[in-house]
Amino acid sequence: MVHTLPAHPKIIAALLFIFTVVATPITWWFNFLGYFVLIVAVAITAKIPLKTLFTRALIEIPFVFFAILMPFFGKGEVVSVGPFDLYQEGLIAAAGILIKGTLGVLTAITLSTSTTAREMLRGLEKLKLPTLMVQIASFMLRYVNVVNDEMERMKVARESRGFTATGIQHWKVLATAAGALFIRSYERGERVHLAMLSRGYTGVLPHDEPPELSKSIWFTALALPISAITILAISLGINI
Amino acid sequence: MSSTPSLLIENLAFAYPDGNQALYGVNLRIEKGERVALLGPNGAGKTTLVMHMNGIHPTAHGKVEVAGQLVNSSDKESIKVIRSKVGIVFQDPDDQLFMPTVGEDIAFGPYNMGKRGAELDAIVDEALQLVGMSEFKERPPHHLSFGQRRRVAVATVLAMKPEILVLDEPSSNLDPASRRELADILRSLDITMVMVTHDLPYAYELCERAVILSGGVIVADGKTSEILKNDGLLKANRLELPVGFSV
Repeated sequence: MVHTLPAHPKIIAALLFIFTVVATPITWWFNFLGYFVLIVAVAITAKIPLKTLFTRALIEIPFVFFAILMPFFGKGEVVSVGPFDLYQEGLIAAAGILIKGTLGVLTAITLSTSTTAREMLRGLEKLKLPTLMVQIASFMLRYVNVVNDEMERMKVARESRGFTATGIQHWKVLATAAGALFIRSYERGERVHLAMLSRGYTGVLPHDEPPELSKSIWFTALALPISAITILAISLGINI
Repeated sequence: MSSTPSLLIENLAFAYPDGNQALYGVNLRIEKGERVALLGPNGAGKTTLVMHMNGIHPTAHGKVEVAGQLVNSSDKESIKVIRSKVGIVFQDPDDQLFMPTVGEDIAFGPYNMGKRGAELDAIVDEALQLVGMSEFKERPPHHLSFGQRRRVAVATVLAMKPEILVLDEPSSNLDPASRRELADILRSLDITMVMVTHDLPYAYELCERAVILSGGVIVADGKTSEILKNDGLLKANRLELPVGFSV
């Protein structure tokens, strides 16, 4: 069901959900538990294997790496955890980044796993993202394979002449290759543009007008952020 | 005065902004329905000439007419019409196929010409059928073989119902079977055709007339069979028939 929903309500739903997560004060722990249950429920409805969901979520590790260091630096109250003396303020801040970041990444993965890149671009176009940006993104999608193949061929050609990159002394060669790849891609860009002009390109790519969406589709898509906002509202009531 | 030619080029000269002169007064007249091979060594100015046919390069000196209409790149409206009349198939199909699926790519040109809805669908289906690629409509271009991509590239241009089809090295990088399939397709089309190529047997097979562009001027213009028999002329212009091939 999640897969068949049109892309733009899904994008809006994901954004609203992330905003709700970010807007929740970090000390309201139970809210985050609620959000977590919600997003996992959506992933299950979308038939995304939980293993896939959590393995893909590992992508956030480099980004939250510094959050792990935060409890070690700071000032104020100190708590002892095993052999470490940790600063409470840093601990809370780090937990905030970790929890909110993870929820955001889980949402993004659920969205991207249940939506093809094509649909995502159409959705962004529907949401009035400037057409230029949508076009650039769709060209990237089309040409990433072409450029990748070109890079592979250059690599094979280098290795066929006895070159293997092992360390810093080879960076110069790799940098030159990267430069050559850039120039080639740039020139390809010019040729593509020529080919587009030859077929009458005036700045807009063809797109079909999808029918207006019914209220029930919107409601289905927005069920996730609405539930999250409800949780937030309830805890607001409790905390006031 | 016979009927209006599909393409008329008179005294066309062109120099690149860096001062490198590519064309020194080209004269060429191609009648409706003719298939003409444009031969010449590397750097003869063939691509530059092609870029003048649909106004990508503005005509600096001389004139270019397509079906009686002057190519004037400063007139946006007329250039739009010219580009719908001159269909260029570029050498690398990856340059030509930039949309996510084959069907959408073929729709790109006619869409720009203002076609929509059922009419657009019909044009796309017809073009795919002409090159025998109907079952690939929903496929992304990078999943096709090179020969298939070249055929789709031809279809993208045919969909614009051009007056002239211009092919830049149509047989390059094709395996023998793809080469023959493309030849069959091209032969079946009832359209004026300009084929830029080094592949002399291919030119002989498909075009009754050939012109040689060398050093920025047309140095020979005649029956393909006559031109390919003239060893001295070929040699002087760095053109060679494959070993064992004779006309």
